[in-house]
Amino acid sequence: MTSNPTTTMTAPTATTTRTAARRRRPVQAPRLSRAAYASTAVVAFVVLVAVWWLLTALGTVKPIFLPSPAAVAQAVLEQATNGQLWGDLGASVYRVMAGYLLAVVMALPLGVLTGALPRVEAALEPLMDFIRYMPVVAFVPLTIIWVGTGDAQKFLIIWLGTFFQLVLMVSDAVRTVPVAYQNLGATLGLSRMQILLRIVFLASAPRVWDALRICLGWAWTWVVVAELVAATTGMGYRITVGQRYLATDLIIGYVIVLGALGLIFDQIMRRAGQAIFRYERSAR
Amino acid sequence: MSVAVAQKVRIEGVTKRFGAVDALNGIDLTLGDNEFVSVVGASGCGKSTLLSIIAGLEDPTSGTVTMDGHDVLGPGRDRGVVFQQATLLPWLTARGNVEFALRGEGLSAGERRTRAQEALEQVGLAGFGDAYPSQLSGGMQQRVALARSLSYGPSVLLMDEPFGALDALTRRTMQEWLTEVWEHHRMTVMLITHDIEEAVYTSDRVVVMSPRPGRIRQEFDIDLPRPRHPEMIATPEFQHVVREILALIHQGDVD
Repeated sequence: MTSNPTTTMTAPTATTTRTAARRRRPVQAPRLSRAAYASTAVVAFVVLVAVWWLLTALGTVKPIFLPSPAAVAQAVLEQATNGQLWGDLGASVYRVMAGYLLAVVMALPLGVLTGALPRVEAALEPLMDFIRYMPVVAFVPLTIIWVGTGDAQKFLIIWLGTFFQLVLMVSDAVRTVPVAYQNLGATLGLSRMQILLRIVFLASAPRVWDALRICLGWAWTWVVVAELVAATTGMGYRITVGQRYLATDLIIGYVIVLGALGLIFDQIMRRAGQAIFRYERSAR
Repeated sequence: MSVAVAQKVRIEGVTKRFGAVDALNGIDLTLGDNEFVSVVGASGCGKSTLLSIIAGLEDPTSGTVTMDGHDVLGPGRDRGVVFQQATLLPWLTARGNVEFALRGEGLSAGERRTRAQEALEQVGLAGFGDAYPSQLSGGMQQRVALARSLSYGPSVLLMDEPFGALDALTRRTMQEWLTEVWEHHRMTVMLITHDIEEAVYTSDRVVVMSPRPGRIRQEFDIDLPRPRHPEMIATPEFQHVVREILALIHQGDVD
């Protein structure tokens, strides 16, 4: 098709050809196929690494500030072979899981009650809103004074950073359950507690699961914050050691490992959620 | 008013106020045993509030509702309710939703399953027991909701605009189908609707309400023979009643 077909054509055909040639693109961008999506994502990653490699190979940035991708890979590999990476990973994963699960176990019932009972909501929600805006980082010195520098302090920081958020997110999820469901339970002769447990909580479960997934991501941030300040093991601790020896390759390597770890945990939660809440997807 | 039938539900002097708003004012109404009664009226006339009060989901500000001579003091399994939205529990299959309603009947799991299957057959969905609500059309979902309400044998069925969320074609099919089901398994039904043809087609009696304050304007006995057929809708007798009711509702708009 020439770029300007109208000049050579008679009027009526020109209009029809023109609409065919200049067909407007749909307002909504078309959905990508799975393969197209994955390859685009991979290309973006590769481009980023390539730019990074180019900057270091050309000597634009000194290795002490930004080591080459190869040097970073080398540093991580070294840590993996001497076993330190696995020790650090294990310590951090253990702390995240303990602190996070503690927050989940406490936040679930409290969140459901806050979402379902106006009296509990009035008592807890403004309080929780207030506490959650207090910067968790500022609690690090305080928690060290309270419980020392052991694992308990890491649990506490993670708990502080996720519990209050989680209660509010769960109660929001519970409140999105339509009142009609509660009316249904009542007309079936269920008690208020039965309605809450058998209907409202289960109806809010997909939204609650989303909240759990998002909070797990935050838990990873908080464990590193806690380990940066006072620890003898863990991902955050190793990063402070790296800073002491100007081992930027190690620091960047660990940051990348943390990113990958977060991605893996998020994907596990996502997949599990899709499997558990399969019923939400229409098969038609 | 059909006086020959025994009284099932009796509503006397029911008033409901929401703050300064008179949602219902001095409602007197009786539902006869095995009678199909529709309530129509402009939005805001309090027809859904009236249903909620009979269901026991809301208390009247004054007045009483009695069923078989006993005061209605709250919701209960003697009155089944079908809501505008199907309110099927999305994590349960169609059969699971019916079985959910059958818990507390003192049945074994096997008996529950059999009863649920029977209820689904009754609404023409025998082959859809394993389907999740998200896999069913709006009309099918509402049929499962009806199966759920029928399964545990309430003596009164309260329906709050059950077809209001469906498209016009599906709605027509559902009206014919509901009438057929009712003609086979008679029970006391109160149907809230804003579709006057639906009310006339399905009912023995149509109650017209008017808004601000919500009260009963007039009652129409529908003398069309049963079983009803879709062809009746085009007859002069049918259209005459529809026009009369419409005129009454529009008259309310003006004053």
